[in-house]
Order: sequence, then C-alpha cells, then structure tokens
Amino acid sequence: MIDARNLTKKYGEKTAVDDLTFKIKPGIVTGFLGPNGSGKSTTMRLILGLDAPTAGEVTVNGKHYRDHTAPLHEVGVLLEAHAVHTGRSAYDHLLALAQTQGIPRSRVDDLIELVGLREVARKRVGQFSLGMGQRLGIASALLGDPQTVILDEPINGLDPEGIHWIRELLRALAAEGRTVFLSSHLMSEMALTAEHLIIVGRGRLIRDVSVADFVRESSKKIVRVRSPQAAELRQVVLGPDVRVSSDEPGVLEIEGLTADQVGQAAADNGFVLYELIPQQASLEEAFMELTRDDVEYRTGTAPVDPTSDIDKHEGIAA
Amino acid sequence: MSASVTPVNLPRATSGGRVTQSRVALSEWTKLRSLRSTVYTLLASAVFTIGFGVLASAITASRWPSMTAADKAEFDPLSTSLVGVNFGVLAIGVLGVLLITGEYSTGMIRSTFAAVPKRLPVLWAKAGVYSAVALAVMVPSTLIAFFVGQSFLASKHIDIAFSHSGVPGAVLGSALYLTLAGLLGLGIGAIVRNTAAGIASFAAIMFVLPPLVSFLPASTSDAIDPYLPSNAGAAIMKIGHQAHTLSPWVGLAVFAGYAAATIAVAAVGLRTRDV
Repeated sequence: MIDARNLTKKYGEKTAVDDLTFKIKPGIVTGFLGPNGSGKSTTMRLILGLDAPTAGEVTVNGKHYRDHTAPLHEVGVLLEAHAVHTGRSAYDHLLALAQTQGIPRSRVDDLIELVGLREVARKRVGQFSLGMGQRLGIASALLGDPQTVILDEPINGLDPEGIHWIRELLRALAAEGRTVFLSSHLMSEMALTAEHLIIVGRGRLIRDVSVADFVRESSKKIVRVRSPQAAELRQVVLGPDVRVSSDEPGVLEIEGLTADQVGQAAADNGFVLYELIPQQASLEEAFMELTRDDVEYRTGTAPVDPTSDIDKHEGIAA
Repeated sequence: MSASVTPVNLPRATSGGRVTQSRVALSEWTKLRSLRSTVYTLLASAVFTIGFGVLASAITASRWPSMTAADKAEFDPLSTSLVGVNFGVLAIGVLGVLLITGEYSTGMIRSTFAAVPKRLPVLWAKAGVYSAVALAVMVPSTLIAFFVGQSFLASKHIDIAFSHSGVPGAVLGSALYLTLAGLLGLGIGAIVRNTAAGIASFAAIMFVLPPLVSFLPASTSDAIDPYLPSNAGAAIMKIGHQAHTLSPWVGLAVFAGYAAATIAVAAVGLRTRDV
C-alpha cells in the first residue's frame, strides 16, 4: 500500500509534482502513466525518501519509507537509468545491497537465476546491454522479497520475450497480494499489464481510474469492413450519428454502428463482405488526448513543450 | 541476450531482517573490494609512500659526500625516508573522494539509500571500513619506507634507529596521517558529490593552500601556516618541536579535527539533501 497525500515537489520555481493524492492498493498491478517529464520519476523518488517533498507526504505500508527497519523487505525498487556502479559485477552489486539487511547469498544466487543473468553475473555492469541492466534492476527490486514493488519504466530496453516475462512476473507478484506500481509513458503497455491507472500530466493527477473503465469510456465503436461494394455500403450506413472513413479502396472504417448492425445492413442490401472486424479505438490516442488537454488547460493559450524544464531537471537528478 | 524465460516462481526470502550498522559495514566492505579502481588506487598510495621515500633516501646517500655543510646540517634521516607520505596522501585522498562520488556519478547512491534510507549508517560504514583498510595498507607501507630508506642511509652512517625516541610514533603516526587524509577526502566527496570537484578541492586544500599562504606578510603567514591541514598533518613526520610548526601529535590532532569537521558537515548534508 502506497498512500500519497497532497504530495508536492518544487525544484526552485519548477513544480515537478503538484498536489498529488492517490492510494496504490495491494493485490493488483497499478500503472503510473504520463508523458515524459510529467513527474513520475520524481514521485517515485519521493516515495523512497530519496527526495524530500516540498509539501504533503507519502507513506508505504503505513510508514514513511525512511522509518522502516527492513526497507528492502517493504519495498523493492527498480529505478530508471540504472542505479548501479558500472565498475562492479552484477553479483557484487546485489550482494552489497543484500548485506545491508542480512539477506543471505543464496537469495542473491536465486534472483540471478530468476532473471536469467547467471552467465554474466561476474561481468562488470558497464558491459551490460540495456535489457541486461533492466533484468539486474528487477533482481535488485525483488531481493528483499518485498511487500511493495516499484518499477520505473521496467519495459525499457527489454526484448519482446523479456517484456512478456516481466508482464507475467508482475501479475504473479500482484496475485500473491503484493502492491505493484510501475510507471510508463506507453498506454498500450499499461493496458496489457495493469489493472488500475494513475494518470499524471505536468505533475498533476489527471485520472485515477481502473483500466477497464478507461478502456470503456475511451473506446469509440469502430467497425472495419472490407467489401467489393464498399462505396455502396458507405451510402447505406451513413447517418446522423455515423461517420465513415476510408484509408484504402474497398475498406471502410465505420464509427457509430456495431458490427452486428453493419453486417445486417450489408445482408439487407445483398452486399458481399470479405471482412467485418469490430475494433478498439486506440488507447494511446485517448491517453494523448487526455494529457494534451491537461497541458493546454495548465498553460493557457501559448503552446508549450510539456517536456522542457521538468524533464531537464529529472535528467540532472537521474 | 537470449536468456530463457524462467517460469515465474519467485523464491521466498528465507531470512533477512533489519538494517544494522555492522551489516552496512559488511556491505561497504563488499563495495570497496569489488571495484578495480579502489584496489589500484590503494596500491598507488602504497607505491608512492614506499617508492618516493626509498628514492629520496638512496639519492641522499649517494650525494652525501658532495653535499654542503649547510645541507648536511638540515638533513633529517626520518623525514627523508617518509617523504613519500606526502605523495601517498594524494592517492589515498583521491580514493576517499571516489568512494562516495563514484556512487553519485553512476547513480548507485540511489540504490544505496533505498536500501539504507536513514543514510547516516552508510557514511559511518564507509568511514570505518575505509579507515581500517587504509590503516592496514599504510602501516606496512610506512614501515617498509622507513626501514628500506634507512638501509640506504646506513651505508653513509647517517641513518636513525627505529628504537630512537619518537621514531616509532613518527612512522606509525604517518600511517595515521594517511588514513585521516583518506577520511578528509571522503568527507569532501560527500559534500561536493562530484569526482572532479572533489579531487580538485582535496588537492587545493592539501597542496595549493600552503604556497598561497606564503604570499601573505610573514607575520600573518607564520601564524597561519602551522595550522594548514597538510602542514599540521605532516608535523607527525618529524621528531620534536621545530620552528613555525606544531609539535607532532598536536599537529596530527589538528588534522584529525579537520577531517572530523568535514565528515560532520557531510553528515548534515547527507541527511537533508535530495539525492
């Protein structure tokens, strides 16, 4: 359980996190979603007490992170941009972290095995690929068998197999009753992995919503049809609430009717259909619309690059 | 990479528990021994301390017959064999800086403080482990520098015996001076959090300050000079009280005070600053 109340962080004049209030519940995977520079990494640093909030507070499992006596058992964390000394081997890195709270060497071995780094465990981390670095970060996150897992952009740099693996891993962790909180700037990835979403833009909370609800409210009903009589079908289905677009000859994208209705209309007129596919609207589009609105609302009329200043600051801190 | 997909079957932690000071110290020992740069830099500090001391002794012995009476009167066999300490100080101080700035430059510090969020145990552990390691390397180094150096000087019968009053204190005290210089470097590194700035600050305090002070009027510079960190610390390499210097152990105590004050400032900053 992560409980943030009116969490605010300013770096000089720049507000990186602005009055965030949310609860991350155990037993499900919660996605932390926002464009680059929206304050996700800063929020995670605040949760871990690496940065001190300007106002508000955040607790993990009922306490400030700093007050836990066995922190790695409470929270496991994967920080973006490898928080690892590049001159040290993966094994020694994990061992040094484990030793701070008496976690045995056997646990280090188990985790190296789990993340598939056994063959390179004695190599210096500086020689690792991005994907191997992410696997090491995941191993360090799980070192203390933590009740809460916080992962900043865990998908970055992983190959498709690795992405599939981490999805399964996160679901398994949540199924065991743990709190799983991961950030991403990719809506499509979140839709596959998370059950709940915290969406932020420019440090402010935009939505605190379940993935199912977000999908439901943001999906436009679109039916893709391929037919040799596409032009005729278009005339038949057009109506006040129906929009039809076409990217290629013989293919229609119909918005405002169900697949059943389109199929019925085609049959009534004796049209041949080669394809009739109901489609989910792009969640990515819905997400971008949501965050773009926030940026416009926040900055008035002048167009502003939402990744400018806060992003730079995060770059320095990272 | 082509790691096979391991079935998700997370092993439970069998044991493990609270963060304690001794556990953090063990972790810092693992960090120290697992970096090549620390091993090389420690080696460098030993080589400087022994090498330059022996070199100075050998050169002095060979030049002795042709030296002027004034030079001979100024000659001090003890400090000649320990002259390498002044160079060892640089290497050991740089390593002190690196121990902490290396964590900031790579981002490791965030993993470190996520594991030990109270932070101060990390500073105490680094200071303790580094002191022990530095002392373990520098005590033999100063002893070797002294005995090998004296063996060269003995050829001209200008050596000093280890049993001579004050000599054991000077030789072992020099190892303490080197160790304290390492702690000063660690404190400076923890304050500035940047390798280049840390090394530059350390070098400026130890090696640039003394010639700078010498530009002041003699009355002022004579009053300040003995208290400059490197002058206060280097007093331990001589026997007895010299003009315009602190006595050996007072000088070393002053230097220890500088190191302690620097670590204290670092501790306050470590506790409150964002990482």
